[in-house]
Amino acid sequence: MVTRDQIVQWLNNLAEVLAENKEYLTDLDSAIGDADHGINMNRGFKKVIEKLPSVADTDIGNILKTTGMTLISSVGGASGPLYGTFFMRSGMALQAKQELDDGDLYQMLESGVEGIVQRGRPVLGDKTMFDAWSPALEALKAATANGDNTITALEKSVMAAEQGMKDTIPMQARKGRASYLGERSIGHQDPGATSSYLMLKTLLETLQAE
Amino acid sequence: MKKLINAIDDVVKEQLEGMAVAHPDLIKVHFEPNFVYRADAPVSGKVAVISGGGSGHEPMHGGFVGMGMLDAACPGEVFTSPTPDQMYEAAKMVDGGAGVLYLVKNYTGDVLNFETAAELAFAEGVKVQSILIDDDTAVKDSLYTAGRRGVGTTVLVEKIVGGAAEAKYPLDKLSDLARKANMYGRSIGIALTSCTVPAAGKPTFDLGPNEFEFGIGIHGEPGRERFDMKTADEITEMMAAAIIDDGPYTRTVREWDNDSGEWVEKKLTDDPLKSGDEVIAFVNSMGGTPVSELYAIYRKLAEICKGKGLKIVRNLIGPYITSLDMAGCSITLMKTDAEILKFWDAPVKTPGLRWGV
Ligand SMILES: Nc1ncnc2c1ncn2[C@@H]1O[C@H](COP(=O)(O)OP(=O)(O)OP(=O)(O)O)[C@@H](O)[C@H]1O
Ligand SMILES: [Mg+2]
Repeated sequence: MVTRDQIVQWLNNLAEVLAENKEYLTDLDSAIGDADHGINMNRGFKKVIEKLPSVADTDIGNILKTTGMTLISSVGGASGPLYGTFFMRSGMALQAKQELDDGDLYQMLESGVEGIVQRGRPVLGDKTMFDAWSPALEALKAATANGDNTITALEKSVMAAEQGMKDTIPMQARKGRASYLGERSIGHQDPGATSSYLMLKTLLETLQAE
Repeated sequence: MKKLINAIDDVVKEQLEGMAVAHPDLIKVHFEPNFVYRADAPVSGKVAVISGGGSGHEPMHGGFVGMGMLDAACPGEVFTSPTPDQMYEAAKMVDGGAGVLYLVKNYTGDVLNFETAAELAFAEGVKVQSILIDDDTAVKDSLYTAGRRGVGTTVLVEKIVGGAAEAKYPLDKLSDLARKANMYGRSIGIALTSCTVPAAGKPTFDLGPNEFEFGIGIHGEPGRERFDMKTADEITEMMAAAIIDDGPYTRTVREWDNDSGEWVEKKLTDDPLKSGDEVIAFVNSMGGTPVSELYAIYRKLAEICKGKGLKIVRNLIGPYITSLDMAGCSITLMKTDAEILKFWDAPVKTPGLRWGV
């Protein structure tokens, strides 16, 4: 069971993690993009933190939707609408919920990733954040079907996301700014896949802390 | 690097404040969210034309707001796409009841933010369309990349579509014209130096004193190839060849369907230029190259076009779509027809472009 307060705590922790990784994500983006991914994410989650107190005692759906709206209007770049849509869709899937069972948790992530796919139309192997999310979702689904508890299932999902993130290194980018580099995009880890991995990892760590 | 700035965080804001006090008869500026809009907006019964993108390309887009061109322009941070709330609030401000046409340069960030804005505006009852500008021949294919970038053709499309909007073209017809003008336009750019983004404080890339970069975009992104420096004539020949010898280009775009309220995909192919075509020739400075050098380029370009049977019927020469302080230039050739010429010649009164009034 995941509570509303844990979701709020996750978002707060995530803001901290993204602030700590601002330079790292920006460095990854300077290799194959325009050196702003860490700056964009940090700007967005700072705003989310400002907004959170005003919705923290409503419901999980509303908290996630507010997070999405805030990201959409503050991040810019490609990742703003992508992550904004992720949180909007995951919020819409969890209308009025005060807590989440394992099915809800999967639903939250799956709806969010569907939003990313609708917005950016990535396919596996394009070297984007989807390359981290797709294996993470599959692992979560399999683990839940296997009867694993929430933490164990999420642990497997985070491991799959990490692998997916690392798998972007040898890929040639076919989406976003990095695609213009052609073969020169090979050998670098995708910044969006990295921030996605951090999101999931932070969710796991937040739940483990209880 | 020396720059005339006060504080890095205020670069975009202070530029907008300056524009507002310089041109109160033409434009107004809205802050939070930021957009520039026509002083007399909304113009009743006219489709509102809105563009936008990262800052750093001035006078585009804010300098093209006014009668006969844009109704609003949404500037992001330097070289960073604007956010949907800007385009959505701008749409609500300037919609005169006939709908809103977004002109979007093809960069993933711009495209995704404008698409989100279009959905929000539609949900508020505004009729919308979104047309992509993708004319950079330096990008060869659309299958393995995000597709051709939007560069010089953007300026010409904004002028032509703005003229037709003034003549009360309805949204569908205006969208058809925008799509056509984009497909008729092809561009290529070169850099002699990098540019320096204020927040970075150092040049985006290193270019040796005896080198130039061929096939650049407008954000200091790396070009297609690097060469030893050549004469103006030789560089013009390379640039003209990239445009004139370019083959057909096919891509899939997403446009909004106001009936179903969904995006629909369209596969579009534009044809190469051919002998006998009439063209508008646009020679543009990336910001650091003086107009005198642009004329040297134009002189050679006119000779090449003549040799290829391309008739230059109009031209535009100067800094209109820039990349901060980068030295370099771009060439755009747009095939024309009677409809395009009519609206190219139509009166325009904006801070950055003005004729016929
Ligand atoms: N079409 C897409 N679908 C899914 N993810 C994408 C797509 N395009 C880019 N991305 C992700 O976005 C990340 C880059 O985000 P970032 O915040 O740096 O935006 P950006 O592309 O630099 O935008 P801008 O050019 O406007 O600054 C990439 O690492 C990639 O994971
Ligand atoms: Mg980036």
